[in-house]
Amino acid sequence: MQTLDTDYGRVRFDPSAVMLGELLVTDEGVELEVVSLDPFRLEPAPEVAEDWGE
Amino acid sequence: MPGELVIAYDRLRPEERLLFDACDAAGVSYVPLYVPELALDLSAMDALPGAGSVVLLRCVSQWRTLTLARCLEARGAVTVNRSSVITVCGDKLATSAALVAAGVPTPRTGVAFTPEAALELCERFGYPVVFKPLVGSWGRMVSLVQSRDAAEALIEHKEVLGGPEHKVHYVQELVEKPGRDIRAFVVGDRVIAAIYRTSEHWITNTARGGVASGCPVTPELAEVTLAAARAVGGGILAIDLVESPTGLQVVEVNHTMEFRNSIDTTGVDIPAAVVRYAASLEAVPA
Repeated sequence: MQTLDTDYGRVRFDPSAVMLGELLVTDEGVELEVVSLDPFRLEPAPEVAEDWGE
Repeated sequence: MPGELVIAYDRLRPEERLLFDACDAAGVSYVPLYVPELALDLSAMDALPGAGSVVLLRCVSQWRTLTLARCLEARGAVTVNRSSVITVCGDKLATSAALVAAGVPTPRTGVAFTPEAALELCERFGYPVVFKPLVGSWGRMVSLVQSRDAAEALIEHKEVLGGPEHKVHYVQELVEKPGRDIRAFVVGDRVIAAIYRTSEHWITNTARGGVASGCPVTPELAEVTLAAARAVGGGILAIDLVESPTGLQVVEVNHTMEFRNSIDTTGVDIPAAVVRYAASLEAVPA
């Protein structure tokens, strides 16, 4: 496991298993989305969009 | 990818991880497909990821789901669910129409195209009534209207919102329910599990704070649920029902179901059932 400090708290993830679009939750409870693997980049995950749903 | 199960997604939520794990546990070979980075060339469809495969559609974006289903089906993919099913389930009026046409019990529903006609519909149904957007999920923009004054205000807001969809007023009678509704999970021709969703709020979606608890799959529940599933074209579906004084009524059919909170509640391995079903399907080359 690897830890990464972000502006939204510390996040732990497995670099060998993490995938694009994956949601990671920081120790401060903020949901971050993996938007790029190379270079590895996280952004705050949007909570909802107009056409999201089941 | 032919021979492998493709799992198409745009956000990797716990549900998608559970599906990957279920594939591993069942020995089902699978390929995760991250949809947002696709650039689909319709003139080179054979190169389309997922062409000729079974594709489990798990996008949280309804438009991505439908678009991808249409593209892949053109090249022989078996999509779960089919684009025709997604089209019906993604539109509340289309769902209501399919349920009514199939004789599936559902709350009294109507549509109107002008403010005056919408008010007339409300008066005919009697207050309270429920206004719903034609397209939407998780209970968003669903409104309980208790009086004519409230109806007039809501309709005025909808009219000035802009967009043709807001000019179609979807109105439904409010069904008295015992502080809960039922969500039943359909995989193929089986109701594999069901939960109660209990809330003090009249909207009982778990996404809005409803609390899940186990619900027995009675013969009546199975019958109504499967009839609803057949009415929209079948597949892997989550069907929402209310216990009305006259029996079960179907209020909604969901084509990309969330289930993370229902596995422990029901004791049913929902992702395993989904994977077994998807893996049992066969793609037919176009």
